[in-house]
This record gives sequence, C-alpha cells and structure tokens, in this order.
Amino acid sequence: MEMVNMIIDGGKFKVPKNFTILEATRIAGVKVPTLCNHPELRPEGNCRVCVVEVKGARSLVASCVYPVSEGMVVNTNSPAIREARRMVVELLLANHPQDCLSCQRNLHCELQTIAAEVGVRQVRFDGEKKNYPLDNSNPSLVRDQNKCIVCGRCIRACSERQGVHVYSFANRGFNTTVVPAFNQGLDKVSCTYCGQCASVCPTGAIVIKDDTAPVWQALANPAKHVVVQTAPAVRVALGEALGMPPGSVVTGKMVAALKRLGFSKVFDTNFSADLTIMEEGAEFLDRLKNGGTLPMITSCSPGWVNFAELFYPDLLDHLSTAKSPQQMFGALVKTYYAEQAKLDPANVISVSIMPCTAKKAEAIRTEMCASGYRDVDYVLTTTELAKMIQEAGIDFHFLAEENYDDPMGIATGAGVIFGASGGVMEAALRTVSELITGEELECIDFKDVRGLKGVKEATLDIGGTEVRVAVVHTLLNARKIMDKIRAGEANYHFIEIMACPGGCIGGGGQPISMTNDFRQKRIDGIYECDTKSTIRKSHLNPAIKELYTSWLGEPLGEKSHKLLHTHYHQQYRD
Amino acid sequence: MSNQCKCNCGGKSNAFTQLDEILSKYQNTKGALIPVLQEAQSAYGYLAREVVDYIAEKMNIPVSQIYGVVTFYSQFHLNPRGKNIIRVCQGTACHVRGAKAILKAVEDNLKIAAGETTSDLNFTLETVACLGACGLAPVMMVNDDTHGRLTPEGITEILDKYR
Ligand code: SF4
Ligand code: SF4
Ligand code: SF4
Ligand code: FES
Repeated sequence: MEMVNMIIDGGKFKVPKNFTILEATRIAGVKVPTLCNHPELRPEGNCRVCVVEVKGARSLVASCVYPVSEGMVVNTNSPAIREARRMVVELLLANHPQDCLSCQRNLHCELQTIAAEVGVRQVRFDGEKKNYPLDNSNPSLVRDQNKCIVCGRCIRACSERQGVHVYSFANRGFNTTVVPAFNQGLDKVSCTYCGQCASVCPTGAIVIKDDTAPVWQALANPAKHVVVQTAPAVRVALGEALGMPPGSVVTGKMVAALKRLGFSKVFDTNFSADLTIMEEGAEFLDRLKNGGTLPMITSCSPGWVNFAELFYPDLLDHLSTAKSPQQMFGALVKTYYAEQAKLDPANVISVSIMPCTAKKAEAIRTEMCASGYRDVDYVLTTTELAKMIQEAGIDFHFLAEENYDDPMGIATGAGVIFGASGGVMEAALRTVSELITGEELECIDFKDVRGLKGVKEATLDIGGTEVRVAVVHTLLNARKIMDKIRAGEANYHFIEIMACPGGCIGGGGQPISMTNDFRQKRIDGIYECDTKSTIRKSHLNPAIKELYTSWLGEPLGEKSHKLLHTHYHQQYRD
Repeated sequence: MSNQCKCNCGGKSNAFTQLDEILSKYQNTKGALIPVLQEAQSAYGYLAREVVDYIAEKMNIPVSQIYGVVTFYSQFHLNPRGKNIIRVCQGTACHVRGAKAILKAVEDNLKIAAGETTSDLNFTLETVACLGACGLAPVMMVNDDTHGRLTPEGITEILDKYR
C-alpha cells in the first residue's frame, strides 16, 4: 500500500494514501468528533462537526471527506476548531426539540454525546422549532422529522446498503428535510421495514416502533398464558444492549430474565428453525426431483420477502413456501402446544423476541392466522426486550442462567446458525445431504457459506448430484442476484437471502453498535453456540421427531401445508 | 428497478403520449432529468405524482431522488397552479410593516394556506423572500401587477379584480 508522510498535531505519521484526514487522525490517536459520517457508509461531509486545520488551506476543512496528501500538516485542536465544532452543534440544537428525557434514544443518542463532547453548555440561539407530524404509518418504525439533523445517513443506508432508495433530501435551506418521495409515510412507499435506516440514524428521528405496552399488559393479566420465543440472533446481542461486550452469548441469562418478567413458558425459535429445515429441505428435494422452480430461495427474512413482493413480483415462485421460523412457531403455539398443555388457545398470548423490525410487519400479515387465531400476537425487538429488563429492575449481570422450557425449547446447532448469514443454507445442507445420501456427513461445517462477504457461492457434490448454492445478504446484493435470475443468468439450485448485513445478527431491531467488528463478534457468538450443541442437525432434533410422529405427520403433509407453508403476492403501496 | 408497472392501471395503455415523446427525445442523453422535468411541466402545467412516477420508471431513477430535485428547485410545481399567481412578500421591510397580517388576510379570503391553490383553480398563493419593492412595503404581486402599501382591509377589493 502506498503511504504518505504527514504531521498530525505535531507528531509524524505514515498513513495509507487513500485515507481521509479523519481516518489518519484515528492512527494518530485523536478522536475527532463526527456526526454525519458513519464508519460503514460513504462519507458525505454534510455536518461539518469534524473540522480540522490543514496548513495552507484558507478555511477549516471537513476531515471526513478531505483526502490526505504527502507532507500534509494537520492540526485537530485549536480554539478556532473547538469553537467551530461547538457552533455546528449549537445550531443543530437551536431548532431541536430537546425532550431527551422522554426520547427513545435518551442515553444512546449521538447528538447528545456530541453536545457533551464538544462542550455545549448553553444554546446561544433560539431557533424556530420545526413542527412536522409523526410518521406512525407502519408496524415497524416511527419517524419524527423534528429530531432529524439532516445528516443523510438513512438515505445512504437505504440506497447504498439496501438498494431500496426510499429517502432523499427534499426542499432547501431551513426547510431541508429527509423524506420518502412525496413526503409520504413508509407504508406508502417501497419500504421493506428492514430497519437499517433506524440503525444508522444518530438521533431519535427514526426509531423502532415500541410494542412493549400490550406485552406488559398481557403479563399482568392472570387469565392469560403468555408464551415467548426468542430468535437465534437475540442471544448474541441482548448482552450488548445491557452493557456487556459485543458478541457476548447470554442465552441462559436471557431465559432467566424472561421468566422473571413473568412469561409462562420460554421457548426457542431455534426449535422452529429446525422445523423450517425439515419443511424447506423437503421442498427443495421435491423441486429438485420433480422439476419445480429453481433456484429455490429462502423465505425466512421478512425484509427480503417484502423486497421480493415489491420489486420482483414476477419471480415469487422461486421463494420457498415454508414460513419463517417465527411464523411456524406461532402456528404451533396455539395448536400443538395448547393441545399438549391442555390450554384454551383463546387464552394463550404468543410473543416473539426478534432482531428484526420487519418481523413486526410479518406477524400481522392477513395469512398469518393458521391456528385460527393471530399466530404471533406481539413482536418485540432485542432493543425493546433490553428496555423491559431495565424497566423491571432486573440486574442482568447477576442473573443465574436458566434453561428453555420443553418441548419447544429443544433445538440443535443447525437452528441457532439461522442467526448469521449462511446459516440457513448450512443447516439445510446438513440435513439435505443426509436425506439424499442416507449416510452420515463426515464434516458438517460448510465454511464457504459463512462470513461477511456479500455474495458467497459453493458447489457441492451430494451423492453424485451437483448442487450449486449462493448466499447473499443486504438487499443491494439481493437485487444483483435477482436481476441475474430475471435475465436467466443464475444457474444456482438454492439461494439464501437475508435482508440485513451479516444476516439477522445485523437486523434493524438489534442494539446499535459503533464498534467496527461487532458483526463478526456476534457471528462468532452464533457459531460458538453451534459448536457447543450436542446435536447439530435439524433432522436429529428429538422434539422435532416427536412432533412429526405424534402430531404433524410428514414434512409437506396435509397438516404442514395448512400450518407451516404460505404464499406471496405482489405488494402495491399507493 | 422493477420492470413491472407498479400502478393500478392493470396494464391499460397510458395517457402519457406527450411524456413518451419527451422521454424518447432525451433517451440517450446523460443527466437529462432536469430538461425532462421542465418539458413535462410545460406540457402538463405541473408535475403530477403520476407524471413523476412515470418518469422515474422510464428513466430508471428512484422516485425519491426525483422528488428531491423537484422540491429543491422553485421552478417545479407538484400541484396544479391557479390562473392567477399571488406572491406575498415576506422580506424584512414587508415583515416590519405587517406582511404577516397581509398574508393572513389573503389566506382568509381565499380559504387556503400559502403554497396552496383554490379548488376552482383561480388562485395560487405563494410567499417570496423579497420582491425588491421595499419602498412600497408591504407588497404583493398578482401575476405581473404589483400592489403596494397594502392593508388587510384592502385585500378583498384587490382580489375581486381577478375573480
Ligand atoms: S434525538 Fe437525541 S438530542 Fe434529540 S431529544 Fe432525542 S435524545 Fe435528545
Ligand atoms: S426500513 Fe429499510 S427499506 Fe425501509 S426506509 Fe429504512 S432502510 Fe429503507
Ligand atoms: S432521519 Fe436520522 S439518519 Fe436520516 S437524515 Fe435525519 S438524523 Fe440523519
Ligand atoms: S462528520 Fe464530517 S462533515 Fe459530518
């Protein structure tokens, strides 16, 4: 790598030639404040809070967009710089509704942090306050433009990462806003509810819709039997939301906390992830054998399903008809479980804890009433669960670990890896291979499909049949592969698509993390759970076997068809 | 972008013949969005949502981006325009001489807010930063006529001339 010499605050440094000044200052151990800049998005230089002095330049420069050069002399700390930064933040605060104490982002807000860091002690300007209505139009996210600092990060996340292009800057000057086309609610535009915009927003301008109130209510109602399921990716992120290092595995503590909160039964979505593999695996074999539509594409990620229904309605036949683990679980809670436990399903409330904002929208789809009731009553994100734990005064750090309840808490390592990109594919391959060959797999780690690479491919020889698979995450990558399929240029048999970067561990409902390797740490946590499992293949899960023999029948059978499979349709949003 | 028509027209032939002509004229020109919007606006009088959606689809540009462009430049209009354009000055000179009250009188008379058009499409009401006629403050223009030294009481008489 070509390097340049530069002087930062009097010290000499060699830095890569393609760095910005901001990146160079990190090497020099300086923490220049930033706001519109986000480590995973293209820098734009909108806010100017990151200004520094460059010798020879006429005015202060925005370090996040300014490239380094040979011999450059940079000063990051002078009275003029400190004053300029403070001024930027004061101007933002001048027309900001300062209701921090009741804001969802209180204590996790970058604007708050910056105000403290640059030393704002008074706001010298009393600016005109904005008065935009809330966008409460959809089940997943709430937008409050009054708290928007027009940094443009959501625009970049939605366009660069997801390729959905919901937002843009509109109007000009004081009236500049960041809005969907025609200033409509997210329910009226092609939004997938993936929540990636919320996870990059520095303030409370885009937040997760809070559904904790009805759950508290249900928990307080003695006539209700409240059952909860927890998705694989929650156990590697909940700890982070409660002050532990990124990637901490907190399965046992989480179960204990849920029991303290008053849930009657604490079950594991990993159980229904195993079930998904049974149904989706059988479906794949059926398509392979009988000339069904290929490539078959996974359908567990509701952000991805929304995307497909909005942008690729002509290709919906490619999606597996298997419901997502959340919805399979929901369909069984008020049927199978209620029967076993001799409960009236009308008194059962089914709650799920998910890393995902799109899951909230999935649960209220009209077809998700297979049990005769709403299969999943309430969906809470990891972030909302963390708030409930805090609100209840549970000291998470001192909680002793507890185990999931039987039978829907019994799961395999194949179930847990659903939480990371590549996991569904790997879990499916573990089962499908053995179903095709009838022999036990020697190596069950399909490492080619793991990790953070945007598009992963593998070709496998399964009992003499060549199977070509691909794994993609983020909707931008989904768009690329879907365009290939549409053009007839994709010769895969099976594709896994997850809407969020890194898979569910990077979902829009997860705690917001600014450390650069948090995704990898969460992924490591997921595979740690897998390796520690005694059983690591879905078809060997004893509780799943029991479910099929005693109640469900065969995969793809009549009961499965009714409860565990679904269909897709083009979405119109106007 | 999807090749599918996302509106509810059910695939009926569209009513955008003029727009198609404009679009095909600029088919191979890079950065043609602004001229296309300008010509579309002069063809249809304003940029209706359907028009913007159609341009987005045909030019393969996200509709959010076009919305951003259209709202950035004051030359573009997303709503139908009235026969008479009223522009009430909100500049400093007018402001100190009661421009707010003038605007309110016009709004009350027309029963619309600034930025809107009356339902009979007779008037569109706008505000401007300064009309450059500070000596006559407070001022408003109706089409090309300048009306100065306004009082809230005198507004009805002026507007009636355009009814
Ligand atoms: S967005 Fe941040 S600064 Fe604004 S009210 Fe919420 S917590 Fe406070
Ligand atoms: S939820 Fe996803 S698709 Fe919707 S606006 Fe946010 S980033 Fe874009
Ligand atoms: S909504 Fe949030 S991310 Fe988007 S521009 Fe406003 S402050 Fe930035
Ligand atoms: S962080 Fe550099 S301009 Fe905003």
